Amino acid sequence: MAGGIPIMIEGLTKQFGPVTAVDDLSFTVEPGRVTGFLGPNGAGKTTTLRVLLGLVRATAGTATFGGTPYHDLPRPLETVGTALEATFHPGRTARHHLKVYATAAGLPAARVQQVLEMVGIAEFADRRVGGYSLGMRQRLSLAYTLIGDPGVFVLDEPINGLDPEGIKWIRGFLQALAREGRTVLVSSHLLSEVQQSVDDVVIISKGRLIKSGTLSSLELEAAPRTIVDSPDREKLSEALDEAGLAYTEGRGGFIVDEHDPGVVGRAAFLGGVELSALHRLKSGLEESFLTLVGGGEE
Amino acid sequence: MSLLRSIASEFQKVFTTRMWWLLALLLVGYVLVLAGGFGAFLGWAVRNPDAAAATGGNTGVPPGTELAPLIYTFASSIGYVFPVLLGALAVTGEFRHRTLTPTFLAEPHRSIVLGGKFVTQLVVGAGLGVAAFATSVGSGAAALAAFDFDTGLDQGDTWALIGRGVLAMALWGGIGVGLGALVPNQVAAIVIVIAFTQFVEPILRLAASFSDVTASIGRFLPGAASDALVGASFYSIMSTGSSSSLDWWQGGLVLLGIAVVATVIGGATTWRRDVT
Repeated sequence: MAGGIPIMIEGLTKQFGPVTAVDDLSFTVEPGRVTGFLGPNGAGKTTTLRVLLGLVRATAGTATFGGTPYHDLPRPLETVGTALEATFHPGRTARHHLKVYATAAGLPAARVQQVLEMVGIAEFADRRVGGYSLGMRQRLSLAYTLIGDPGVFVLDEPINGLDPEGIKWIRGFLQALAREGRTVLVSSHLLSEVQQSVDDVVIISKGRLIKSGTLSSLELEAAPRTIVDSPDREKLSEALDEAGLAYTEGRGGFIVDEHDPGVVGRAAFLGGVELSALHRLKSGLEESFLTLVGGGEE
Repeated sequence: MSLLRSIASEFQKVFTTRMWWLLALLLVGYVLVLAGGFGAFLGWAVRNPDAAAATGGNTGVPPGTELAPLIYTFASSIGYVFPVLLGALAVTGEFRHRTLTPTFLAEPHRSIVLGGKFVTQLVVGAGLGVAAFATSVGSGAAALAAFDFDTGLDQGDTWALIGRGVLAMALWGGIGVGLGALVPNQVAAIVIVIAFTQFVEPILRLAASFSDVTASIGRFLPGAASDALVGASFYSIMSTGSSSSLDWWQGGLVLLGIAVVATVIGGATTWRRDVT
């Protein structure tokens, strides 16, 4: 395995005719961590990745692997493993698909069987890709990223189209890669899709950087929401009114906006109410993501 | 080094899908019918001129014409469309199936990829040429022998003609790569190949042959250059006869020039574009 090297995006701008897809974007992706590259559809994620990989020419700025553009990497497939939107010749088998590119990159043919087994499609490897399901195509894309055993992974929406088992598998897979010291950049338009597997987040909207930092720093920014329930809901609602906390009634109890469980628990304690549930709502993170992204539209 | 890897990869691309043997099969079938069929028809017509005239059939073959080269060169004079198609598909298929992404990730130097395709399709074109000439010589010689004509297979000239025919087929493979790089839309490229080779060029060649000035330009048309390289063809007998064709080596250079110029221009334009 080649060592993980940082991905460096510096002042990157890409214009397609009159449309500015990426606008003066700068961020760094560190090795040894899984970084989520997030933003709504059309935010410029795929364009940024395609510039990074030398497939699209930048209008201004640079996108490099530790200072070296993709085009100048001496052994690209052994440095960076890439899964963009899955594209195959439908009439070629998975094994031949991988072999064609292993040959172009000067990699041993034996590596093809190894990566087919790693992603769990070895038994279908001699079927033409045209008959593959979306999930199998995603796995074949991942096999392509692994073929050179690289230190950097760039994956565009790798979770799209996977079944629950596949999603669980890829989460463990990404974490394992990062633990080995590799650089892992995973794009997604849904934070909830990747929040269980990423350490860092880079959030863009309309081609501009909105936020870059650890996932926990994003959690801190999220406005707290607490869910609370009691066997005696009437008494609980009185206690919340008493403490002056606004709430709405949901299926699992009362939802208290803007306050964390400490404040709500204290209100219940003061009212002498027995509680059956008291916790912070998970969706707060997704909401703070949407707020950040929505802010970029103004 | 990377060019050799790229060539090896391009060969694998050709032989891991079904298109190559479908086209090879069509080519062999087409040549078999025409070379065998015309060999038998012309043999019969020349041996039985009265019967042929009675059926209204005009062989169009001037007296004294050697039949063997005429029939053998069906392999290239009608078969050249197949290496062009395969060469063009090698390029346009990458656009159509959007496999340029994995291709350029494995080899980011795009000129090396295109160079690999060019060399590969020269060799594949030569391979199609060998198959086509094996068919035309096999079926044509059998038909000629049946009517007691000289098959010419004991003459060095015949084998030199076959060798030049295989070279022409190779160069047509390179022209296909150039066309694909210029016109990356697969449907458009196929339409251009069929329309140009089957209608436009034959008409232009016929029209050009009516005056000396146009004839001197018409002989640079790719099909005319190809026939000049090979040395004899069905078309050169059909045209009104002014024997102003290029020398064989000039014909070869014209074909090579078209292939290289088209590939270089395509490589500097569509091949350099953003892959989105």
